[in-house]
Amino acid sequence: MASNPVEYLPGKQPHPREHRMIFRNVDRAGWDASIDTYLNDGGYEMAKKALKMERQDIINEVKASGLRGRGGAGFPTGVKWGFIPPTNTKPVYLICNADESEPGTFKDRYILHQDPHQLIEGMIISAFAVKANLAYIYIREEFPHAATIVEKAIAEAKNKGFLGKAIFGSDFDLEIYVHRGAGAYICGEETGLIESLEGKRPYPRIKPPYFPAALGLYMSPTIVNNVESLCHVKHILQMGGAEYAKLGTPNNTGTRILCVSGDVQKPGYYEVQVGKVTMGEVINDLCGGLKPGRTLKAIIPGGSSAKVLKADETYKLKDGRELTIWDIPMDFDTMAACGSMAGSGGVMIMDDSRSMAWVINNLNKFYQHESCGQCTPCREGSPWMAKISDRIIAGNASPDDVDMLEQVANQIEGKTICAFGEAASWPTQSFVRKFRDEIKSMTKADLAGRIVNEETKLAVAGLEA
Amino acid sequence: MEVPADLEARIDEAITHYPVSRRSAVLPVLHLLQHHFRYITEESVAWTAAKLGLEPIQVLEVVTFYPGFRQTAPGKVHVRVCRTLACAMAGSYELLEKFCQASGIDREAINHHHPIGVSPDGKYSIEFVECLASCGTAPVCLVEDDLHEKVDPAAVDKVLAQYS
Ligand SMILES: Cc1cc2nc3c(=O)[nH]c(=O)nc-3n(C[C@H](O)[C@H](O)[C@H](O)COP(=O)(O)O)c2cc1C
Ligand code: SF4
Ligand code: FES
Repeated sequence: MASNPVEYLPGKQPHPREHRMIFRNVDRAGWDASIDTYLNDGGYEMAKKALKMERQDIINEVKASGLRGRGGAGFPTGVKWGFIPPTNTKPVYLICNADESEPGTFKDRYILHQDPHQLIEGMIISAFAVKANLAYIYIREEFPHAATIVEKAIAEAKNKGFLGKAIFGSDFDLEIYVHRGAGAYICGEETGLIESLEGKRPYPRIKPPYFPAALGLYMSPTIVNNVESLCHVKHILQMGGAEYAKLGTPNNTGTRILCVSGDVQKPGYYEVQVGKVTMGEVINDLCGGLKPGRTLKAIIPGGSSAKVLKADETYKLKDGRELTIWDIPMDFDTMAACGSMAGSGGVMIMDDSRSMAWVINNLNKFYQHESCGQCTPCREGSPWMAKISDRIIAGNASPDDVDMLEQVANQIEGKTICAFGEAASWPTQSFVRKFRDEIKSMTKADLAGRIVNEETKLAVAGLEA
Repeated sequence: MEVPADLEARIDEAITHYPVSRRSAVLPVLHLLQHHFRYITEESVAWTAAKLGLEPIQVLEVVTFYPGFRQTAPGKVHVRVCRTLACAMAGSYELLEKFCQASGIDREAINHHHPIGVSPDGKYSIEFVECLASCGTAPVCLVEDDLHEKVDPAAVDKVLAQYS
């Protein structure tokens, strides 16, 4: 395959520890989002190849690659594709999740803006494999330029005969359309996304069915995959599943883009082989270390919904290894074994200048704002947590309030329609459990037992009168 | 309400993207209307419903759910400042204050129920929004359709000046 040498824009040189595959063309010198540039670089060869393959062979390659979804849950992509009922007679849909709304995550935006044809090629291959003739790219509303760029790319591809009827001269038809969200985080949850695409409020659907692959858009089998996941499919076909699986570590294959934000010298995106760099290497090598004179305090390793890791913790693994926070390899399984998750790849670093009560309050406010309101524990609990942590940072809370904050979170987790419930409660639970003393030190013992709610005060006054 | 012919043509084209269900076009239709009229009026809701063969309530419930649809007029230049963690750590609360000061908007009047503050001269409006997926270049804001990264709160005048 034709492939030109890659040079990057001044100051945008990838770190030597990076393994650029999906982000190969991000910040590339002389690169633009046009189809000609992409074709000059060997683009669309894999789509052409795929259309001559047996569908099951493509799915088998994706299974063999071990690719796990990059949207958050890390579910094996090939396995998900296999959930379309074999007896299905309804149309199948493919949806690309480009909602990118998990705080701390900023990778899909660069693919959409700088390399839209890589995504379209990945989608052509994936749509062919799962037999979808209609596909949507659900782009969050706050990416207006990305929507325009992707729409232009789709038009270019259509002009060339890569989309539309009988693409690449095969008997396969495929239309891809951009669908723009409207500023709601819950549209990232795949069944909320589907409802949104159906023109309704994006209320996540009750499970089962657990996967839209069984029942999704318009009650038909639907495959929802993240932008990055769909791009990987192209490279899997190029390398072969088995070869791809040699990248990364067993069960945690391939590369992934880490998005690092917060208190480091060089925040940004870094594409690495999964599990081949440790948290310490991310901070000290890729990101140039902490800020001068600062020490590490806490890390949220996989988007704001992941449980926080505390700087001085050690993690005992089942295989006997004992890890410090610095030793954790950036993979799915070890991160889970350490009690958190690799999630969406959003790594948020906090140093000793940060108040943990302030951090959890910030996140509580996010979930307060974004709860869709369907389930009582989430609708009522998310604002309640924000109210309690508001009190804490204002110095108006009692020590009991800190325990109550944790209890409210406990009452949401596992009791809701969608995983937003966990997303809202895990950060709260983990911050309170790991930093309870610090958070309690901001409270006042003499406030214990008082009534804080104005309505309750009125009600009590009424009862006493 | 007068929907210009070229806008209606774009709306009709957008509807063709949803061959299975016209209802699916409610977001794109509302986006196009909001882009043109700057916010969604009651008339826009009724017009959208008629266009798509829906009850007005089916459109209104969508409008009221999504923060991206406005039911009141914003300023000529709409600014969205990211509120979430990485940006807050990099000073986005201060950034919001500075934008409010520079445009004469009452910061206190912006809250959960009134998310958008408009300047008295109608030139600017400001909204505090959640993570804009650019946390590595915090603090960030969207001015109209443009992302501004690593914004220095001391330099908000310069940002606004680009849009006058
Ligand atoms: C509250 C919530 C928000 C989510 N937001 C996103 C998102 O912004 N982007 C995304 O790709 N997946 C998001 N997901 C995960 C999706 O539901 C889905 O698992 C994913 O898009 C599947 O793609 P993958 O298998 O390629 O990862 C979210 C999940 C939840 C519960
Ligand atoms: S958990 Fe929250 S976001 Fe999810 S469906 Fe229930 S109320 Fe909506
Ligand atoms: S927190 Fe502001 S862009 Fe993510």
